[in-house]
Amino acid sequence: MALNEAAAGTLLRTALYDEHNQLGGRMVPFAGYEMPVQYTGIVEEHHAVRQRAGMFDVSHMGRFEVHGRGAARFLRYISTWDMTRLAPGEGHYSAACRDDGGILDDIYVFCLEPERCLVVVNASNAPKMKQWMQDHIGKWDARFVDRHAATAMIAVQGPEALGRIEGVIGAEFVRSLKPRRCGEAEWRGQTLFASRTGYTGEDGLELVIDAGAGPDLWRALLDVGVQPAGLGARDTLRLEAALLLYGNDMDEETNPWEVGLDWVVTLDDGADFVGRNALAGLKERGVSRELVCVKAVDRGVMRSHCDIFRDAETVGTISSGGYSPTLGISIAMGFVPPELAAEGTELKVDVRGRPLAVRVVPRPFYKRSKPA
Amino acid sequence: MPSPGDVKYTKEHEWVRVESEVGTVGITDYAQDQLGDIVFVDLPAAGASVSHMQKFGEIESVKAVSELYSPVTGEVVEANPALANSPELVNDSPYGEGWMLRVRLSDPGEIDKLLSADEYDVFIAQGAE
Repeated sequence: MALNEAAAGTLLRTALYDEHNQLGGRMVPFAGYEMPVQYTGIVEEHHAVRQRAGMFDVSHMGRFEVHGRGAARFLRYISTWDMTRLAPGEGHYSAACRDDGGILDDIYVFCLEPERCLVVVNASNAPKMKQWMQDHIGKWDARFVDRHAATAMIAVQGPEALGRIEGVIGAEFVRSLKPRRCGEAEWRGQTLFASRTGYTGEDGLELVIDAGAGPDLWRALLDVGVQPAGLGARDTLRLEAALLLYGNDMDEETNPWEVGLDWVVTLDDGADFVGRNALAGLKERGVSRELVCVKAVDRGVMRSHCDIFRDAETVGTISSGGYSPTLGISIAMGFVPPELAAEGTELKVDVRGRPLAVRVVPRPFYKRSKPA
Repeated sequence: MPSPGDVKYTKEHEWVRVESEVGTVGITDYAQDQLGDIVFVDLPAAGASVSHMQKFGEIESVKAVSELYSPVTGEVVEANPALANSPELVNDSPYGEGWMLRVRLSDPGEIDKLLSADEYDVFIAQGAE
């Protein structure tokens, strides 16, 4: 069989690179970085996050700060959600769109102080987003500060995540962070950012600290029993939670209405933002395709780019697919015409020439039970 | 750990153990480790023909799908029935319970074209693909 070995070229390394090697992480190229795809095994790491607590090095994701009186208005102008609504300590998910409504990136914006925000962007889009933000910032009373290389970022996720982090960064600070809220504290003389967010469908925090202190924070989390998890588990976890992946489930040819991102588009505030007119027009015209969740009925694993068909006719494409360790069967997201998007619709997916029976199911595939 | 000496190997990471003109076929420990958690193995049924270095099936791990190539030519006597419900046997026991096919060889001389354990270990140490 053909095995794809990591081809290490001129790849970047995060501040936690040595930690990954010490832990036996299998390093692969990802978005220009050398990142661990797994340590002990994807399924084991997946279950560790679902059942206990796991952590991911997400330092490859872009981190940019925007400072100045016009910070929130600038961020509102370049993103689809009304960022001027954010008070210090609050964060919101959003999209950045082109003039024609195509999605440039999906982003998370945190308001730290009235005149200081943190923007987290996808690793694969970080250079593009940096350029794009810098191209637009001139008109605003705001300043762009690149914090990407200067900081490390660790996502700690799972039902036991908060309890374990309390032992590292302090119970009072951890307990002050409600879902989607953020804050800063001091940890070993460094400023530590924390937000109650993640990309796994579990509760947890995402932490940002000076790159030099990154390995110390990572080891402190290891010491309290948080299990390292790689990109492989990150992908199976986010797919079960039906969280979108840029480059798979959306790109510049995709608009927010097609992928269920209506809730991050604010049109009623009347404010101007890039893509506003196109998005209003697209909303009125309606979509020609919709992203749906499908679950396999038989064995076989759907992957991105597999065709979706009904009877003999090709009706769509899988954008993200894989095996769900929690459900024990293949799950996927894909685009179909709106008339085939209803729950229970039976479709077939071409898995390398073999038709796999699938059914449209509610989103997400996995939802954590609320803590008692 | 050195590969078992009683089997022969392909550069595509399959192995075959021949006993009285029937070859048992599987994938190597190196291959299962590279693939990671195996979730599905698609194998031909008894009676099917397989050919030396031709595709005979597919193996799905959580990470990816890979094609399986037969080390030998012949007729499938049996596909491992246990793999349908327990594909993880390939991870747990690649040279034992995780075997894939038993093939009645039509050209036993093909075995000489395959790698010995020592040759295979050198091949993977040099950065196999």
